[in-house]
Amino acid sequence: MNLLRGLVARPWRFAAEASALLIAAVVAFPLYWMVLSAFKPAGEIESSEPRPWTLSPSLDSFRRVFGQQDFGRYFVNSLVVAGSVVIASALVAFLAATAVTRFRFRFRTTLLIMFLVAQMVPVEALTIPMFFQMRDFGLLNSLGSLILPHIAFSLPFAIWMLRGFVKAVPEALEEAAYMDGASRGRFLWQILFPLVFPGLVATSVFSFISAWNDFLFAKSFIISDTSQSTLPMALLVFYKPDEPDWGGVMAASTVMTIPVLVFFVLVQRRLVSGLGGAVKD
Amino acid sequence: MTPMTRRTTWTPWLYLAPALVVLGGLLVYPIYQLGLISLFRYTQAQVSGGEPTAFEGFGNYSVLFGDPQFWQVLLATVVFAAACVVSTLAVGCALAVLLTRVRAVPRLALMLAALGAWATPAVTGSTVWLFLFDPDFGPVNRVLGLGDHSWTYGRWSAFFLVLLEVVWCSFPFVMVTVYAGIRAVPAEVLEAASLDGASQWRIWRSVLAPMLRPILVVVTIQSVIWDFKVFTQIYVMTNGGGIAGQNLVLNVYAYQQAFASSQYGLGSAIGIVMLLILLVVTLGYLRLLRRQGEEL
Repeated sequence: MNLLRGLVARPWRFAAEASALLIAAVVAFPLYWMVLSAFKPAGEIESSEPRPWTLSPSLDSFRRVFGQQDFGRYFVNSLVVAGSVVIASALVAFLAATAVTRFRFRFRTTLLIMFLVAQMVPVEALTIPMFFQMRDFGLLNSLGSLILPHIAFSLPFAIWMLRGFVKAVPEALEEAAYMDGASRGRFLWQILFPLVFPGLVATSVFSFISAWNDFLFAKSFIISDTSQSTLPMALLVFYKPDEPDWGGVMAASTVMTIPVLVFFVLVQRRLVSGLGGAVKD
Repeated sequence: MTPMTRRTTWTPWLYLAPALVVLGGLLVYPIYQLGLISLFRYTQAQVSGGEPTAFEGFGNYSVLFGDPQFWQVLLATVVFAAACVVSTLAVGCALAVLLTRVRAVPRLALMLAALGAWATPAVTGSTVWLFLFDPDFGPVNRVLGLGDHSWTYGRWSAFFLVLLEVVWCSFPFVMVTVYAGIRAVPAEVLEAASLDGASQWRIWRSVLAPMLRPILVVVTIQSVIWDFKVFTQIYVMTNGGGIAGQNLVLNVYAYQQAFASSQYGLGSAIGIVMLLILLVVTLGYLRLLRRQGEEL
């Protein structure tokens, strides 16, 4: 019986594994092509016979990218925006998630539904009122005009996702802490916070990505002061629809993608378990 | 009931205060403003203070609903979003099932490739896909022998190209989530079903799908919300909405009306229409959750 099943199952498994590898290659191909093109010398990129390899890798495209006025500055700007959003929204979401999971109070359910509904708001539609709001705050053309909206937009999902992690911390632990005379603040920051930290990391991926990728706000709010630009805008300098500098675009894209890739690979296990938890909850 | 409950009742509100302040100031207030602006004549003249803002009631809306382009864009948005959602879910679920059938190495390869696609910023994903399908220098046309066929010239082929990119960067979320869900289904249940002679398709339909329903609802709703709001891909890949606006979707349309034509009032009205459509989707989602007896 077992032998028979093994024989029948094996060709199927072989086919499944072969197609899994093939699909992985197809999915990874655009990224491979991006990095490859970034290293190709100019003549090979703009060739009508593109080859999937290069024998003479060159750093010319990268040089052009970093030689472009202030590219390094844009990179730092992007990091500052994404970093501030991640830290601020993680702290605020942690407090809010604690409130809605470890307390019972009036309007709790209403609030939770509001957080859920808030996730659905098409933030792009809010560009117009936000533009005027940022103008009134005097924040146009500054990184603050990118940081503040992204904190607001990443909060609802972060709270929603953190709930599961906060809930998973046993209540007995809380009781024990108070028995030992810990204050509420001490419990919150010295016991609960470290325990929920893995969840905070998983949640941060989403706020990091939304802030790092932001294109619309950067395009709308950073109107004249290019020293405050972020990477997506810098990338499009190379991309002119009529005559794109593909080598430059691919090199800039590589530079922009790598930090996110690193971040993802670092947190991927927590991300998968976090998603499972958030969805099951 | 947790120990914290016994203390004063204002503590949760203290913890919630920062979140509520931020959300109130930067989410609720802008929504209110959006609604307000949509009721006014608000163009460059009003922004610079050259003319007073004039209340128009539903003037912007009647201009909008009287414009055949709006209906065309709305239809394109719905069809495009639906196509993206269906393709993303089909690819994501199929690959999640495939992941459960293979050993560690192919699984890791597929996982990593998917994470890479997921992590790619929308702007870079868009430019890379454009380059892959470039009529002069892209590898795809060479492989398919299409010569210098331009994918962004025709309306449908341009939408198709954007769809490919959207599916590429959004199927990983579905795949990873559904895979985590399948792994949580006890192995005995699946074994019992296959011992009873159920086919793979039957197992999926009658055993897995019902158990995965909550997860499927979540990924479907998330996909609907994301794909309905696609902005960057359309904007970058079709260069701001395609030739003569043939590839406009609501989001890009609103942006073009507001920031390119300085019709802020009209752009806000489009934003309100989007908001209402997504609100209906959300309410449907909440009802589904209720029916499943989920406790919040």
